[in-house]
Amino acid sequence: MRVDHAIISDWIAPNSRVLDLGCGDCTLLRELRNSRNTTGYGLEISIDKLAKCVEGGTPVIQANLDQGLSPWFEAQSFDYVIMTHTLQAMRHPEKLLQEMVHVGREAIVTFPNMGYWKNRLQFALGGRMPVTKTLPYGWFDTPNIHLCTVRDFEALCEAQGLRILDREMVDSQLQSRPLMRLAPNLLAETAVYRLAGK
Amino acid sequence: MPAVLPPDSVGLVIPETLSFDEPLELDSGKTLPRYDLIVETYGELNAARSNAILICHALSGDHHAAGYHSMDDRKPGWWDSAIGPGKPIDTTRFFVVCLNNLGGCKGSTGPTSINPDNGRVFGADFPMVTVNDWVRSQERLMRRLGIAQWAAVVGGSLGGMQVMQWAISFPKALRHALVIAAAPKLSAQNIAFNEVARQSIFADPGFHDGHYLEHNTLPRKGLMLARMLGHITYLSDDAMRAKFGRELRAGKINFGFDVEFQVESYLRYQGASFVDRFDANTYLLMTKALDYFDPAGAFEHQLSRAFAATEAEFLVTSFTTDWRFSPARSHEIVKALLQAGKRVTYAEIESEHGHDAFLVPIPDYMNVFRAYMGRVSSEDATCA
Repeated sequence: MRVDHAIISDWIAPNSRVLDLGCGDCTLLRELRNSRNTTGYGLEISIDKLAKCVEGGTPVIQANLDQGLSPWFEAQSFDYVIMTHTLQAMRHPEKLLQEMVHVGREAIVTFPNMGYWKNRLQFALGGRMPVTKTLPYGWFDTPNIHLCTVRDFEALCEAQGLRILDREMVDSQLQSRPLMRLAPNLLAETAVYRLAGK
Repeated sequence: MPAVLPPDSVGLVIPETLSFDEPLELDSGKTLPRYDLIVETYGELNAARSNAILICHALSGDHHAAGYHSMDDRKPGWWDSAIGPGKPIDTTRFFVVCLNNLGGCKGSTGPTSINPDNGRVFGADFPMVTVNDWVRSQERLMRRLGIAQWAAVVGGSLGGMQVMQWAISFPKALRHALVIAAAPKLSAQNIAFNEVARQSIFADPGFHDGHYLEHNTLPRKGLMLARMLGHITYLSDDAMRAKFGRELRAGKINFGFDVEFQVESYLRYQGASFVDRFDANTYLLMTKALDYFDPAGAFEHQLSRAFAATEAEFLVTSFTTDWRFSPARSHEIVKALLQAGKRVTYAEIESEHGHDAFLVPIPDYMNVFRAYMGRVSSEDATCA
């Protein structure tokens, strides 16, 4: 299991109800079903990925996350609403975060950290928009329209009244190393947060 | 006419008529003392009798869903695109059952049948039938075939409404419910189109209050108009533009009321050929069954409560340019199922074909359909 998935799996109580936003081919949902006996749904915009979820036996709703969760789900209908590596592609990340803690008891979010030292180096020394393994797109064709740093994200949580219950940092090998806890904004390539509403 | 049968066809098929003597009490309060259902089946029922699929037809459909009746047939059954060896409803894995619903005109008891009470053709005397009545008759058919539970019940449009009714009325009798291009109830606009269709039939001087067969005539113009109107609602604006544009049949305007634009030619052809194969009283009954369908009605108009006792897993599918039963109508179904905490998958297929899309083998649609039915089949293999 990928380390970010393992972190998420550790946070999730057995037998809980889970919603995965931008679930892709439902790999994470299948892992959680096997390791934590979860139930729930995925949301996915791509019909090709949806067909993969169907093959794997995971219920999935084809929907555009930019239209929010309220068309589909009632308040507090899930234990966890998860969104991995998708926040930065959303038109209104701040609204979606609010919807996540509205529809779920807790929200779990992962995103690429723009403050990662390699990104900073490319920008500061090269004077170019960073292109890395985690962020492989050119500035003109990237789906990632709302990139942020660990500090930006925590400032948003503060402003939005979102409580940070837990956070973990991982590098490009998706390993979690002790040093990252000291300087997460510089050393983490991917950040993993567990949040709750007010 | 196929010179040879395609390898992914179910081939030549022979319908079978089953008679039922147990009276069927209808929602209208009337009773059908006995009735026939005409049925086609494809594939083999397995030893565990667990691989049966019921196909529910839409407004103008019938029991002939796939294959050919003879080598002279111009076209295969109405859902041949989805039923056959290697197709989403794979007849090498499933035993597929399709019937003509009560009130139909293709061999099941309906307005063109003889009324046993007086020896005359039923005509307008055939009682109104509802989606619920159909599903109850289908449940009797299921028992007659020795099937305790369908692996899946599948239908598009009005067929999709029967699928929902199955899941609500007989929760244990199906494992999967595939609801395609459907709606939880008709909108005022939907009912309005149906009413115009009915009025055009009533207005035909050949209608004779529905007893036209006794007068050896048909309300040809009225039924033709009804069908032309229907076809407009089945296609999208884009599909019509792509198919016909403003193309002229003769290449120039003739300042007359004969067919000039290609779209006029299409509608007249569709209308006229429909009259030759369909009964006006059946059309009236089917449109009323559509209008009346509202499973939430018995549950304080909360669809999620109507679904509360269902046990089937759902696949709900809609098509982007379908404006008769738009994706928003499927959203209502999906949202109610989510509220009820049911297992549901929803696919919204990009298509330019309007409501007709559910009969078109669109690759994305077929992929999801095939993937879902593959799972239905593999689950069956593990529990059998």
